Amino acid sequence: MEEKLALFKNRKRFGIEKNIDVIFKNTALVLSSFVAILLLGIVLVVFFQSFESFSRYGLKFLVTSEWNPVKDEYGAFTAIYGTLITSFLSLLITIPLGVGTAIFITEDFVPKVFREIIGSFVELLAAIPSVVLGLWAIFVMEPFFRDFFVFLHNFFGWVPLFSTEPTGRNSLLAILILVVMLLPIVTSIARDSLNQVPKKLRNASYGIGASRWKTIFSVILPAALSGIMAGVLLALGRAMGETMAVTMIIGNSNAFSWSLLSPGYTISSMLANQFGEADGSQVSSLFYAAFVLMILSLVVNIFAQLLVKKFSLKY
Amino acid sequence: MSLICVVIAVLPLIFLVTYILIKGGAQITPELFTLEPNPPGDDLDAGGINPALIGTLIITTIASIIAIPVGVGGGIYLAEYSKGGPFSRFIRFGVNVLAGVPSIIAGVFIYALIVSTKILFGSMYSGLAGGMALSILMLPTVIKTTDEGLKLVPNELRYASLGVGASMYTTILNITLPSAFRSIATGVVLGIARAAGETAPLIFTALFSYYYITGFGDLFYEMGSLAVLIYNFALEPYDAQNKLAWAASFILVLSILSVNIFSRILAAFTEKTKRV
Repeated sequence: MEEKLALFKNRKRFGIEKNIDVIFKNTALVLSSFVAILLLGIVLVVFFQSFESFSRYGLKFLVTSEWNPVKDEYGAFTAIYGTLITSFLSLLITIPLGVGTAIFITEDFVPKVFREIIGSFVELLAAIPSVVLGLWAIFVMEPFFRDFFVFLHNFFGWVPLFSTEPTGRNSLLAILILVVMLLPIVTSIARDSLNQVPKKLRNASYGIGASRWKTIFSVILPAALSGIMAGVLLALGRAMGETMAVTMIIGNSNAFSWSLLSPGYTISSMLANQFGEADGSQVSSLFYAAFVLMILSLVVNIFAQLLVKKFSLKY
Repeated sequence: MSLICVVIAVLPLIFLVTYILIKGGAQITPELFTLEPNPPGDDLDAGGINPALIGTLIITTIASIIAIPVGVGGGIYLAEYSKGGPFSRFIRFGVNVLAGVPSIIAGVFIYALIVSTKILFGSMYSGLAGGMALSILMLPTVIKTTDEGLKLVPNELRYASLGVGASMYTTILNITLPSAFRSIATGVVLGIARAAGETAPLIFTALFSYYYITGFGDLFYEMGSLAVLIYNFALEPYDAQNKLAWAASFILVLSILSVNIFSRILAAFTEKTKRV
């Protein structure tokens, strides 16, 4: 008995094992803090690099559209306007399409197999690299829409958005390729939020005699609205930061125009185009533009996170 | 009405995928995999995409080597050690925010930190810098999947392991991580597949190269990748280069889609056989 107790007494950990345990925990802690350091690092580095341009042009940078490396005059209004207009208009087209598709997938119009096939197909599309979409946009989408754009200009030329002769690469094409990119995001998030709506809400609505469409629009959609909104915001963040497909199709011109049928610029396409060969204060101005883009997408993303957090436990 | 949405939404998508597969698939030849691309212009023969193919493999590998240990370690802390306090909530929030950072910003950041400072033994544009930029994009995915995968492991397993006297790190390394392995691996592989197609972080970190990758030292020089090849050659006015871009797209899309489909099947299979 005494012998056993002695053994039991010995069953304590060796110092080395305890140390490994502590080291392991702290390593994990350091690695997880790495995310915060990285995020802070990105913000600080981009901010300090843009400092020269920031102190020279101040907020004027945001509202002038002169971009002239020769005269050292920089203003990013065209790019900022392009970023905002392309992302908002593409979202405007994507929301009804994506939510409509999500409704189709979650309702029982067709057998489950078909719905699942459509659903996973749409999700797979999110995996296609944007540079490939850009390639497709240049060689397939642009020729396909060429006549349509001429038609738009001829009949709706009095609208400022269609007031110029369509060019080979223009903002409207960028908006259309963004729709293709955002559709999978909006659809899959809308589908998830629609699926989370409790079945009893639907049954209650049917029970008091509402039709299927009445139920969808007055009960199911409002209940899923917050989730859908969060998805839309995430998609907005993606649209603003999207680079490759947009750069390849938007035409990259800094001349400001209200018309969507003329070439345009977004912040990210400006970065992709000029960063490689920029020097002097142009680099700093590009960093300034990058900083603006980062702040825009951070605000949208944080807002989306808060929205998700606030509403995710509602039902 | 909803059907109209589906038709408008899904038809172009189906058209897109089949077009890439048919148009790109038609360009595939054995030489494609072994030759260097010719500089655009003078000759009609475009050559192959060997350097870009190898470059994509190398750059993604570098990104994985950085992002997987950091991400899995961070995920372990969040899932196993943290108690849901302000720090872990902040980190989880940060992970989500980092996931939303535009990919081109990652490229700009690495350019400022590494390329313009020539911190890597005096080399400017390099495959190494490109890998680092990609790792920033992979990191949130890896942390998130590790965190969520570990949270699915039932607590009984942990109690049992700790109860027989194992220390915390033994429990994590030998019990919890292995039982969450499949879900973590699936997420990580999907993250890698996504990173392989990213272009924006590479265009001014890894740049592009027409030449074969011959040795270890090439890591410190410009390195081609499939994604940047597609970008550069799609904008060339020559048909031969455009065809090369289609071929590269075919290879990229096919590999990314097959990884995605495979991991989906695996995930579905795991769900069916799971026993807790």
